[in-house]
Amino acid sequence: MERLLSKFWGDISGLPEGKKIALMYWTVAIVLFGAQLLFGVLAAIQYVNPDFLYTVMPFNITRMLHINAMVVWLIMGFIGGIYWLLPDETGIDVVGAKLGKLGFYLLTGAVAVVVLVYLFIQIGKGNFFTLWFINEGREYIEAPRWADLGIVAVMGIIYYNVLATVLKAKRITGLLGVLLIDLVALAGLYIAGMFFTPNITQDQYWWWWVVHLWVEATWEVLVGVLMGWALMHVLNTPRRIIEGWLYLEVLLVFGTGILGLGHHYYWIGTPEYWLGIGGFFSSLEPLPLVAMIVHAVYDAGVHKLQTVNRPALFFIFLQAFGNFFGAGVWGFMHTLPQINLYSHGTQMAASHGHLAFFGAYVATNLVLMYIALQYIRAPQGPILDSKTWKIAYVGMIVAMVGMVGALLVAGFAQTFFERAVGGATWQDYIVTQMHPWVKIPMYWRLGFGILFLFFYFVLVYDMLTIGKKAVQTEVKPA
Amino acid sequence: MDFGWLDITVAALVLTALIGAIWTRGRNWLDPEFWKRYAIVGSVIMFVFLWILTFDTLKKTHIGSDRVPSPTVINYKITYEFDPSKGYYMPKIHKDQKELLFGKEYSEEEAMKLLVKGKLVIQSRACMNCHTLLGNGAYYAPDLTKAWLDPKWEKVMMPATQSKTKEEAMVKFLMHPDKYATWTRRMPNLGLSEDEAKAVVAYLKWMSAINTNGFPDHFGESKLVKF
Repeated sequence: MERLLSKFWGDISGLPEGKKIALMYWTVAIVLFGAQLLFGVLAAIQYVNPDFLYTVMPFNITRMLHINAMVVWLIMGFIGGIYWLLPDETGIDVVGAKLGKLGFYLLTGAVAVVVLVYLFIQIGKGNFFTLWFINEGREYIEAPRWADLGIVAVMGIIYYNVLATVLKAKRITGLLGVLLIDLVALAGLYIAGMFFTPNITQDQYWWWWVVHLWVEATWEVLVGVLMGWALMHVLNTPRRIIEGWLYLEVLLVFGTGILGLGHHYYWIGTPEYWLGIGGFFSSLEPLPLVAMIVHAVYDAGVHKLQTVNRPALFFIFLQAFGNFFGAGVWGFMHTLPQINLYSHGTQMAASHGHLAFFGAYVATNLVLMYIALQYIRAPQGPILDSKTWKIAYVGMIVAMVGMVGALLVAGFAQTFFERAVGGATWQDYIVTQMHPWVKIPMYWRLGFGILFLFFYFVLVYDMLTIGKKAVQTEVKPA
Repeated sequence: MDFGWLDITVAALVLTALIGAIWTRGRNWLDPEFWKRYAIVGSVIMFVFLWILTFDTLKKTHIGSDRVPSPTVINYKITYEFDPSKGYYMPKIHKDQKELLFGKEYSEEEAMKLLVKGKLVIQSRACMNCHTLLGNGAYYAPDLTKAWLDPKWEKVMMPATQSKTKEEAMVKFLMHPDKYATWTRRMPNLGLSEDEAKAVVAYLKWMSAINTNGFPDHFGESKLVKF
């Protein structure tokens, strides 16, 4: 395994075991990132050519693979981030590294089996066997029940690694304290998605506990920890400032995001008070994201953009602004119940989802991976930089904005024609899908999607090559 | 619980502000400890409120409640009508008008068995990765929240499948969707047996009777499509 990791990341022989585990997770994460994009492009082709793979791999399968690959690679990226910062934060190597590696192999093996089942078996009969061994059919968390249990077990191993290392080091920083609490919530919430009920209202009620309280609460806090740590390493921001901001962000993320969950409870059969609670708290959800922007820009300004790791710094900016616009602005756009009554279940949600995940989570993982690349390939400086990361960076942003814009136009048209003018029926749906304002954006989305896939390869090329030839420049403003 | 959204929201915010102020008194607001304490207070209070609301919601949404009807609703006629007192559309269950599904009156136990089967079929075929149910899922195919009430079944699909009833047309369509394409984007054949298709139809009928706070608005009253 070490030889394989060295080929991708560089000489890792002197690294602590914790950092090696991080690289194992990130290697698989980057591959799954590619798989996410590949299946996304296949699904986008099916939008413009419905006969494409119709009998082999229909849209429900390509789309399931697209979003599941995304969820898994982002989580693996976060886990990698946790293992990477653990030795630095505690001052010692990870305790229980062998168990940590076993956890990695278990999770990777489980993911491989689940993907093979999705590809070659796809669906099953309407019984509990299918839910346990093929797929659970609940969007985002379709993994069959056996894999769910495996994921919780692996999260237990990761938690043991973090807790045992903190206890052995007898050192707990603010970042580690928040991380330890957040990981309990993150793993605990997943359990809320592991049962069957015929009551679709209560099914979706608990399902959103997993999906929303992950994505709009515990993941955001985890990202706060990881980005705080990244700012300390990329811009030398003092720990006191980082931890003050982190606590403020925890207050704002949990303070708005926990009851902001209500915006998923408008139309699923739950009581009317969720309309007001969800509308109020989710309107405030952009607040922590504004705080993150202020934080990143302030820190960068104080340090006059001086850094030894330019790609990491620029991905930090992308994270701050992408999270604010994608999760904050695009989310706010359709979060009030008066608007959501018509926009719910349209491409507006897809537009929001694409930008939010890209800004908040993809960028976070790329920041951490570039920090690792600098640590391995240019530990003494002078600076980690290249032309190709800039091409990948600009290219991915342009491609993402293109996809998001296309989906937004389609979403607006759907909201207006299908929902407001039409009566939200089957035929209203079809007529709207054939409307040029929906049909043409699907071609734009496909084009920009292919472009994004191309720049993914540029990014991977850059990650394979950056820093291998030291850039002979002095540290100066970027 | 009879509190409205404003009472709950104000209570959560005031409690956070008050308890946070008491616990951080005397501390400088630039001290990280100040924000740490507020973060703990804010998170705990919001989570406690979420649990209280969860218990209340579960109480009000069990099968057989006002919002999520009894499985036997599949024995009756269901419509979707504007309720002036609420200001939005509500499903109306016509208890005085039987509309038997597949010509059979189901007991509560039989109907529940059918719904369990229907939900298992819906999950096993990953329906949510093309359709939305209660507005959640993917956007490649129509929303199914009130699909039972869709006029297209009677106006188009019954003649197309040469069926005498709506449910017969739905079963035929679900078993062979590739044969009854209505436009270029066809539903794939997901290998549903007749029993599975019947269970899905029952599930869709039951789902159409859930009170979804007016979503989708004016379902079926379209200015875009006229049959």
